[in-house]
Amino acid sequence: MSPRFAYYPGCSLEGTAQDYDRSGRACCAALGIELAEIPDWSCCGSSPAHAVDAVLSGALAARNLGLARQGGFGAVVTPCPNCLVNLRTAARDLDDPARRERINALLSVPCEGGLPAVSLLQALFEQAGPQALADAVVRPLAGLRVAPYYGCILHRPPGLMAFDDPENPVAMDALLEAAGAEVVAFPFKTECCGASYGVPRKDLVMELSGRLLEAAADLGADALAVACPLCQMNLDLRQDQIAAARRRAFGIPVFYFTQLLGLALGLDRADLGLDRLVVPPGGVLRKLGTEG
Amino acid sequence: MRLGVFVCHCGSNIAATVDCAAVALAARAMPDVAFAADSVYTCSEPGQEAIVAAVAEHGLDGVVVASCSPRMHERTFRRTVARAGLNPYMFEMANIREHVSWVGRDKERNTAKATDLVRMAVEKLRRNRPLTPREFPVTRRVLVVGGGVAGIQAALDCADGGLEVVLVERASSIGGKMAQLDKTFPTVDCSSCVLGPRMVDVAQHPGITLHAYSEVASVSGWVGNFEVAVRRKATYVDWSKCTGCGECVKKCPARDAPDPFNAGLAPARAINIPFPQAIPKKAVINPAHCKQLTTGKCGVCAKVCPSGAIDYAMTETTVTEKVGAIIVATGYELFDPKVYGQYGGGRYPDVITSMQYERMLSASGPTGGHVLRPSDGREPRSVVFIQCVGSRDRHIGRPYCSGFCCMYTAKQAILTRDHVPGAQTYVFYMDIRSPGKGYDEFIRRAMEEYGVRYVRGRVSRIFPKGDRLVVRGADTLMAAQVQVEADLVVLAVGAEHAPGAHELAATLRVSIDEHGFFMEGHPKLRPVETNTAGVYLAGACQGPKDIPASVSQASAAAAKVLGLFARGTLASDPQVALVDPRRCVGCLKCLKTCPFGAIREEQGRDGAVRAQVVETVCQGCGVCCVTCPQGAVQLQHFTDDQILAEVEALCRIPLPTCG
Repeated sequence: MSPRFAYYPGCSLEGTAQDYDRSGRACCAALGIELAEIPDWSCCGSSPAHAVDAVLSGALAARNLGLARQGGFGAVVTPCPNCLVNLRTAARDLDDPARRERINALLSVPCEGGLPAVSLLQALFEQAGPQALADAVVRPLAGLRVAPYYGCILHRPPGLMAFDDPENPVAMDALLEAAGAEVVAFPFKTECCGASYGVPRKDLVMELSGRLLEAAADLGADALAVACPLCQMNLDLRQDQIAAARRRAFGIPVFYFTQLLGLALGLDRADLGLDRLVVPPGGVLRKLGTEG
Repeated sequence: MRLGVFVCHCGSNIAATVDCAAVALAARAMPDVAFAADSVYTCSEPGQEAIVAAVAEHGLDGVVVASCSPRMHERTFRRTVARAGLNPYMFEMANIREHVSWVGRDKERNTAKATDLVRMAVEKLRRNRPLTPREFPVTRRVLVVGGGVAGIQAALDCADGGLEVVLVERASSIGGKMAQLDKTFPTVDCSSCVLGPRMVDVAQHPGITLHAYSEVASVSGWVGNFEVAVRRKATYVDWSKCTGCGECVKKCPARDAPDPFNAGLAPARAINIPFPQAIPKKAVINPAHCKQLTTGKCGVCAKVCPSGAIDYAMTETTVTEKVGAIIVATGYELFDPKVYGQYGGGRYPDVITSMQYERMLSASGPTGGHVLRPSDGREPRSVVFIQCVGSRDRHIGRPYCSGFCCMYTAKQAILTRDHVPGAQTYVFYMDIRSPGKGYDEFIRRAMEEYGVRYVRGRVSRIFPKGDRLVVRGADTLMAAQVQVEADLVVLAVGAEHAPGAHELAATLRVSIDEHGFFMEGHPKLRPVETNTAGVYLAGACQGPKDIPASVSQASAAAAKVLGLFARGTLASDPQVALVDPRRCVGCLKCLKTCPFGAIREEQGRDGAVRAQVVETVCQGCGVCCVTCPQGAVQLQHFTDDQILAEVEALCRIPLPTCG
């Protein structure tokens, strides 16, 4: 039995990425990874805090790490790459006495040290792994061509993240292959999608996410698999805008990788939140013979 | 006893933060000091002459110089003192530069510390005794480790100078990296045409014994008298019978062995002769891929060999060589570009290393000198070169410049235009470093005559598009992102230390730097010596170097060895351990701890067993002195009395008030 992990969902997972939250929890449960949500968790210190004040950002993240430490957990799992960066940065800073002091000056309950934080992808890859996943698959994703898109910060900066190859990661590829999918050699696994520039500079997202969708389409991918709420939003919610801007129709559904793993594990469709996808996944599901 | 003290300003190096006149004044009050003065440059000719004059004028018995590190000038001043008619060991040095002026800014406290160091030196000198070196014979043979261009040059220079040379090469042929190259910059002359005759010279020189496919297993002894065990690895071919005809290679059915000579561009047979000009031109079986040795079923090479040279039962042997000096010329290894996931080296077949490209350009390479894409054998129309792959990148632990990649990239870009007329060539670079003779002109030729397009900036990603590759990067001069479609990408991989460098350094008891390159004795004044007497460096084992620099250093190392052997005998350092027979109880603990085997057991006339130091073997490390429970072993020039006198000189005086 895998150890229990503190689970930090982060704000997106309660909003735009509820399907990531549901499918991630369901996959972990199916693969014997026990997650316990951090009680009364709060903001990870992500934008705008970390852009303004590193100590404030560190304190916001440290509050959550402190709660996890109080709960007796040895590690935190978070699905969102942005939360991961902040939690890992804070954990590192908390191990430095001088920085810890500045962070704790802002906290009513001081946090006396860091706690390792890992991505949901890393937890699934290391705690379950491709073999255990393959053993648990009941409906292989046979014939589904998937482009794995990790996003720009899931494995970066490499010194802080210390997982997988930061320029050519393979963990998600291995899990999707174990689930029976045909993983295409996607060259832009770690390129930028445009991130939050969708609001102030939509043209940038049209260009950057457009490249990603075009590369996936050129490779004949049926679907994209992602691990980041912001990537998912740009590629899925804005896919129509991108199609219009680049004068090219895509129709490529953008799944969280946990949704695809959940399909292969035969999990309850209600737990996977497929109805929340903007680009309809019906074609893909029909291809898998799992629709209806 | 009458002692003289000389305090050096070293220009402003010391005088800026130490009051040298005050130190000299304080020294005059120290016991036995008959004369003290300060001078601007004590090591200069007038500075040294002042010492000689003062010895005569004041009838001095010993001299203290307070200046730089003894590593810098101890030998200089010992010679000065000897010229003045004193024993050279009646001299002490106080290091008030590295230990004082360069590390502290407070002039008052620096001056006090410098005075303390001088006081310690004076107290030690008061207990110094004249020491006399002993002469011992040397073995006028030299071991050269590594048979690349540096090792070849060093071996030939030594042999031409009349020395016997033992050349040990790890691979089955000498030639090293240079033998793999097609052409050399900046003259674009054929590499094997330049190197080949030198390799033949090695084979034919009566003064050179070549142990190819061999490694240095252990080294004992000391300068002038090393004993080296050379491990001759099993070739499974009796080289005394092998004629190098190559019949075995043609018929060998195992075609999946790695081929380091062709940089992995094509597989080799399990029995192989690496290249046509190999010296020695002998076959070697790769036991991991030989069907006979792995499955016991084959034996084709034994059947076809006309001279019956195949010997599947061969085992490695060890030969012992006695030499007086060692030249290390073990070269470098090339960086493995798989570290950079964004370039796709190892994933995309048409992303290759510069050495693979070199083998492709070579007429004796796997493609016969045709530039062909590994993926489909097509001739590329567009070739992109990426420089600094594994150089100048702190993030991967390679902060240094490899020095030669700018030049070989320009050469390869020029050759690309010759081999594939009309091909477009691009070079992504950070800076162009071409400081050699004719080097920058060569780069300009690539740009101006050959139309190579130089793009200043790093590549962020290489990805396939159809059957081509897209190279995306920054053009920092245009401040723009650029994308180039390429048929072939060549990564200009940098240099790193040769595999096994750390082990060899331990065997030879020489230092190695943080990147695995061998440390020279002094970066400017002792660039080919190591800090171990009798061990010299040549070529890229000391740091990345191109061919001219490697050859120059090899000749310099050879000159050093010839100089070392010029007199036939060497003087042993008299700073060795000495056993007091009256105090030795014969426990022989020292014999067990001595790392150099310099202590032997001796039976006195009274029948008692005692330890005795072999003076010419002792390196003066002092391990035996601290081992001896009786205090019977004393290191000459560093006796317990002398060291305690220094400690007392420092501790008996009141400490200066701080702040």
